[in-house]
Amino acid sequence: MLELKNVSYSVTENGETKHILKDVSLTADERFVAITGPNGSGKSTLAKIIAGVIAPTAGKILLDGQDVTSFGITERAKAGVSYAFQQPVRFKGITVKDLVSIAAGKNISVGEACAYLSEVGLCARDYIGREVNSSLSGGELKRIEIATVLARKTKISVFDEPEAGIDLWSFQSLIKVFENLHKKAGGSILIISHQERILEIADKIVVMNAGAVERAGSAEEILPTLIGAKACRALRS
Amino acid sequence: MEEIEKMLLEKIAELHALPDGAYNIRKDGAGDGRKSTENIRIENRKDGKSGIDIFVSSRTQGESVHIPVVITKDGYRETVYNDFYVEDGADVLIIAGCGIHNCGLGNNEHSGVHTFHIGKGARVRYVERHYGEKAGAEEKSTNVMNPSTVLYLDENSRLEMETTQIKGIDSTIRSTKGELKAGAELIVREKIYTHRDQFAETDFSVDLNGDGSSADVVSRSVASENSRQKFVSNINGNASCKGHTECDAIIMDGAQVTAVPSLAANHVEAELIHEAAIGKIAGEQLVKLMTLGLSEKEAEEQIVKGFLS
Repeated sequence: MLELKNVSYSVTENGETKHILKDVSLTADERFVAITGPNGSGKSTLAKIIAGVIAPTAGKILLDGQDVTSFGITERAKAGVSYAFQQPVRFKGITVKDLVSIAAGKNISVGEACAYLSEVGLCARDYIGREVNSSLSGGELKRIEIATVLARKTKISVFDEPEAGIDLWSFQSLIKVFENLHKKAGGSILIISHQERILEIADKIVVMNAGAVERAGSAEEILPTLIGAKACRALRS
Repeated sequence: MEEIEKMLLEKIAELHALPDGAYNIRKDGAGDGRKSTENIRIENRKDGKSGIDIFVSSRTQGESVHIPVVITKDGYRETVYNDFYVEDGADVLIIAGCGIHNCGLGNNEHSGVHTFHIGKGARVRYVERHYGEKAGAEEKSTNVMNPSTVLYLDENSRLEMETTQIKGIDSTIRSTKGELKAGAELIVREKIYTHRDQFAETDFSVDLNGDGSSADVVSRSVASENSRQKFVSNINGNASCKGHTECDAIIMDGAQVTAVPSLAANHVEAELIHEAAIGKIAGEQLVKLMTLGLSEKEAEEQIVKGFLS
């Protein structure tokens, strides 16, 4: 179980303090937890705080009851947190197989690496030896990014807008990936998303706004309010 | 063979035993084994200079020549001239390289001048690895290597040149000069990793003289600690030709990297491109690998290893 207790994050630039996250408290114990909200509401910052990429200015992060607030990125990863970037990183010379092997924490066989790639809908043989560089499209990189998290099988997996750029692949397949990951790894999968079809499968939806949790609850509770709000916004504009 | 020589041969030529094809092993300035084959002849030079002439007949198809140099004596300096004559239509793999084991306080130095005469339609892959190591009072001794390569590519020939120098060499100035006739193709892949106070300079100069000729020179390097690197490239397009050079360097710690590209188009159909990028390891690359469980140091090693692979 992942718990965030009164987490705040602020930065000071040119003497001006910006509060990016304000007193965020949430627990993730369910299978799928979706985090949604408008752009700039602090969702990606929250993902980075969970992965240890940035340290909160206040508050605590607990993993299965253990205080991991002071853990750096590597320690957080070793403690069982995985994080799929919104914008995957490119590496010159590092192959897809190298990256999946690093993620798995051991030198995996071509067969094993292929299995992870097939899961994200990539024809493995075409990709295994390719470099994770600019020769790959955004959608391909995005799926390889997801495959690295699958290979880790940790108790907490955070996906930052996994659906972005995967239009050639279906949402149904993406949802299947999450279901399979949960079957193999257990734990909780946190998905930052704007997509209704992903929100629909969530056991819990957390709505963020202006750096704070606006409301949280089951999909049945939250989803109707979101769709209504969207419609209202559309009418206003 | 002694252990040190064996180890050096493994490092520079991936040789675990004597090779199958033609070879010439030079150790501390003297011959230490030579074999010619039906198609590949190795002879001493006739002009009195130190070195060998290698004749590759046009009947050669898919054969290899190994010509490693090892230096195990302290304070040894030499200049070696090797000339390659590759006949029209031949297809050959040439593996050269120099390994220095410096066990004393002296300065070891190897300067190799390799000249290639590549015949019409011939295909050559040339692999050169440099390796140096020190035992004992290593801070005081220096290993110096200055390889010069001169390339004459006749019509429609192709030369692929791969050079690798990973640490070990304190000072190196590599000079490569090429002249290409019509349809000839030159591909150069260079990898350099310097550390400590090492210095490495690469100086490429290629004349594309024939229509349809092309050169593609890519250098990837990592400069760490207090090392310095300089990459100089000149491509002269004197015909309807294509030239591309790329210098891609990772800079770390207190290192310095200079890239000096130069392109000269002397023909309206010459298409020349230069790319140079020097920068530290991207922070997001480190972060990504750390989220996969690597420490910062391990992440850095993986990035460097991949970059130079």
